[in-house]
Amino acid sequence: MLVATALTVVRTSSLFSIVMLSGVFSLLSALLLVSMDAVDVAFTEAAVGAGISTVLMLGTLALTSRMEKPSRRSPAIPLFVVTVTGAVLIYGTLDMPNFGDPNAPAQTHVAPDYLQQSVHDVDVPNVVTAILASYRGFDTLGETAVVFTAGIAVLLLISGLRRRRDEDDEEERKDT
Amino acid sequence: MTFEFIVGHINYWLFIVLMMTGLYIVVSKGNLVKKIVGLNIFQTSVFMFYISVGKITGGTAPIFPLDMNVDPDVVYSNPLPHVLILTAIVVGVATTALGLALIVRIREEYGTIEEDDILDIERKVASDENRLHGEAMGGRA
Repeated sequence: MLVATALTVVRTSSLFSIVMLSGVFSLLSALLLVSMDAVDVAFTEAAVGAGISTVLMLGTLALTSRMEKPSRRSPAIPLFVVTVTGAVLIYGTLDMPNFGDPNAPAQTHVAPDYLQQSVHDVDVPNVVTAILASYRGFDTLGETAVVFTAGIAVLLLISGLRRRRDEDDEEERKDT
Repeated sequence: MTFEFIVGHINYWLFIVLMMTGLYIVVSKGNLVKKIVGLNIFQTSVFMFYISVGKITGGTAPIFPLDMNVDPDVVYSNPLPHVLILTAIVVGVATTALGLALIVRIREEYGTIEEDDILDIERKVASDENRLHGEAMGGRA
């Protein structure tokens, strides 16, 4: 279903339905994340990916246009690049451990320590929260810095919009 | 290439297919909003790839019982990828917002959000400037 949604995004040219499909894609991926035990990630993805992103994109569509023009370039070169990249990546996965393998390298280094120690160290039932706020608190601090910077940048880019529009209108009125 | 190997790796391949679909949209489509959607698909598939690396068969979500009596027999999935991806999702929406704001500005400046049209306008402006410079130099350039 995820693949079908993604492929439909490639084919569709109405931007409104593309935005809706991207919301659908986010929700489906949230379902998949729940089935892979990542409940925290799933509800963040559902709230942020399907909620906020969709609202932001709809806002952009309201300010810009609704339809996509067909591209003049031929799709052969991108298709070739994408196929080659995908083939190389799939070749790279051949060395990886099987899905759900408890002895995979990702499972045997720091993760068991976190699971065993967080009860004594942090005393929070949700291990994800414990790691996020305590062990890797600096990561989260960096994340908030990134979000803050992005927020300021968006405000700077958008803020003059209405003012400039009003000025343009006044100039037009003077001209006529 | 046994059956077990294929079943154990098909999740990675699914995510790579999704990722490449996103990459294809970013590279080949001219519409800027569509490019952002492609970028979102790309990054969501990377998230799912990470989470699938942290999954353990028979494991459950890494949340302890409220009384904190942890049963040593219960297998919990790896919480570390979950934390990393939580951070990545939030950063991802920040980049999306910034990209969309840039699109709004571009639309204001050029009146279009199609890459081809923007390139045409840029070329026209560049050649006009070139000609003006040439005239200013006495028609030699």
